[in-house]
Amino acid sequence: MTEKPRVALFVTCLVDLFRPSVGFAAVKLLENAGCTVEVPRLQSCCGQPAYNSGDRKSAQAVARTVLSAFAGFDYVVAPSGSCAGMLKVHYPALFADDAALATTARALADRTYELISFLVDVMKVERVSARYDGVATYHDSCSGLRELGVKAQPRKLLASVEGLTVKEMHDCEVCCGFGGTFAIKYGDISDKIVGEKADNIRASGADTLLAGDMGCLLNMAGKLERAGDPTKVRHVAEVLAGVAGPALGEPGDDA
Amino acid sequence: MKATSRAFKANARQALGDANLQRAMVNLRTGFAERRAHAVAQLPEWEELRAQGVAIKKDALAHLDFYLEAFEQKVIANGGQVHWCRDAAEANETVLAICRRLGAKTVTKGKSMIGEEMGVNDYLEANGVTPVETDLGEYIIQIRHEPPSHIIAPAVHLVKEQIAQSFRATHRDLDTSRPLDDSRQMCDEARAVLRPRFLAADVGITGANFLIAETGSSIIVTNEGNGDLTQTLPKAHIVLASLEKVVPTLEDAATILRLLARSATGQEFSAYTTVSTGPRRLDDADGPDEYHVVLLDNGRSALLGGEFEDMLRCIRCAACLNHCPVYRAIGGQSYGWVYPGPMGSVLTPSLLGVETAGNLPNASTFCGQCESVCPMKIPLPKMMRHWREREFQRHLPPRAYRLGLAVWAFFARQPALYRIAADLGARFLGAIGHGRGRFRALPFAAGWTRTRDMPAPEGHSFMSLWAARQAKRAAR
Repeated sequence: MTEKPRVALFVTCLVDLFRPSVGFAAVKLLENAGCTVEVPRLQSCCGQPAYNSGDRKSAQAVARTVLSAFAGFDYVVAPSGSCAGMLKVHYPALFADDAALATTARALADRTYELISFLVDVMKVERVSARYDGVATYHDSCSGLRELGVKAQPRKLLASVEGLTVKEMHDCEVCCGFGGTFAIKYGDISDKIVGEKADNIRASGADTLLAGDMGCLLNMAGKLERAGDPTKVRHVAEVLAGVAGPALGEPGDDA
Repeated sequence: MKATSRAFKANARQALGDANLQRAMVNLRTGFAERRAHAVAQLPEWEELRAQGVAIKKDALAHLDFYLEAFEQKVIANGGQVHWCRDAAEANETVLAICRRLGAKTVTKGKSMIGEEMGVNDYLEANGVTPVETDLGEYIIQIRHEPPSHIIAPAVHLVKEQIAQSFRATHRDLDTSRPLDDSRQMCDEARAVLRPRFLAADVGITGANFLIAETGSSIIVTNEGNGDLTQTLPKAHIVLASLEKVVPTLEDAATILRLLARSATGQEFSAYTTVSTGPRRLDDADGPDEYHVVLLDNGRSALLGGEFEDMLRCIRCAACLNHCPVYRAIGGQSYGWVYPGPMGSVLTPSLLGVETAGNLPNASTFCGQCESVCPMKIPLPKMMRHWREREFQRHLPPRAYRLGLAVWAFFARQPALYRIAADLGARFLGAIGHGRGRFRALPFAAGWTRTRDMPAPEGHSFMSLWAARQAKRAAR
């Protein structure tokens, strides 16, 4: 048998800060798929807040720390299409005018994947052993969908979760209005967009909303909660790993 | 047209509270986005066609001087004239000079975004020439004294009750008890009102979707036929076109036309595609005596060879507007100038400067829908990011925002330090938010918490929990 692939987990700043359980769910899924998982200690963020604010220099500085921390692994996997897209699509562009770093960035890009598509497309995972009783609807986050082609993979694995039914919502591929700092800088517009998303979520008849990106999940959860909506909001990895504790915005276990 | 792009946020807030506008914008999805999706799905060679279209435009832009001069030579050979205009002022003076020479009192106008860019209606009116818009949408916003809100459907922000009201207020000689409830009745009324204006006009002004270098022709596409009446009935036909509209051959235009209508309205082809080649010839039954092309640069040549050159491939189909969540939320007038939506967010700062239009490229979630539906594969999000970079270099974003970003970057570029700060943050926010599970207000994220809750962190950073778990495993 060939040696287990060495996978570095790019935790992402939002999972690190808001929802470590998604990180542990990712580790579990990767280990179940036959990977050896390591978590490089010197990681912070992919640099998108600076990159998308036009602060190219800070984005490059942050990206350089990622390039050095994540060198030498077989794969780099992130539980986020947005952060994985940053490493895979935007790092090579960010270092386009520095030949040596551009080569390093391209090498990293070639080995970087979003979690669920990595499980299905690279590790050839066909099913998971997990149970979740409920009806879920899945929001396709923009970067994962349009930059990385994450669409069928989460649905394929969700279909193998016992007790779970997936019901598609209208306009599941339309942006939730998060957009990083956009959600704060243009809060009114962001709210209007996520308001429509919340209407579509409700109309789907699902009791659980799933997606693969913490940013979108925080936004949609925040909107649903403000409206007093009981829909549970979770990262898709939690359900696939069978480790679904309190949903986003619910009080902690010991409260 | 005077830009109000600086007031984007206030414009947007007003639009979000405008019940009529919000009702009207629902039609965008069914009227445009869904029809486009259907039309594209019917065409297996769509991607190949896109690649061909891009190649045609890239070639045209790479040899723009050559094709434009070839175009001019053909126009002259056909008996017409090309007027090279650096900016809107030159273009307006050119149009007025033609009108004056012909003693024109009224001009009819087909839809032209270049005309909006020039502000030609206001200019002519101020100089004693009455412009009459003949495209239904343009006519509606003209009588309401409003700027367009969409590049192909200028009155898409209105509901029919508003239009009926404007018709009653403007067409005062008609029976006040007439029914004006559906769009058919309003179309018929506009048609009846406009017919004598067509016949009376001394000059007809249209835009151009293409200029053809090999034949010296201009092409317009419409669904109403108003363009044909505008350009064939008066003494002179003036074409307003920006210089990137030129393509080498009719064949090239035909290829791009297959992309245009499907992307714009989901039609296979627009109802009218009109090719105009010079003035009326001796054996022509009708047509204008004069044919003029007012060729406007207005900052476009400065984009050639730079990071915004790709924007010049735009064929003004409006697919990016129709699919943009931000445009759909706030409508086109919020953007404050001629071109709204993603294409406007790139083009407006290019033409007016980022000091005036800096809000526009920032007001995007970078969802990428615009680029994915653009028939010309224009990397709109990438170019919006370029504008943000230029803005940042010039210290234009608000001080508080730059400071916040600098603090974040200080930690993010030093992961060892970041790890400590993130754990402290997770513990602090987790502790105060734990009981409820979420925050209803956060001082540094008021833009968020005004309308949404913020879910609380679980209470520890992943990195600290992971380190603890590894230590435990090692101890076993």
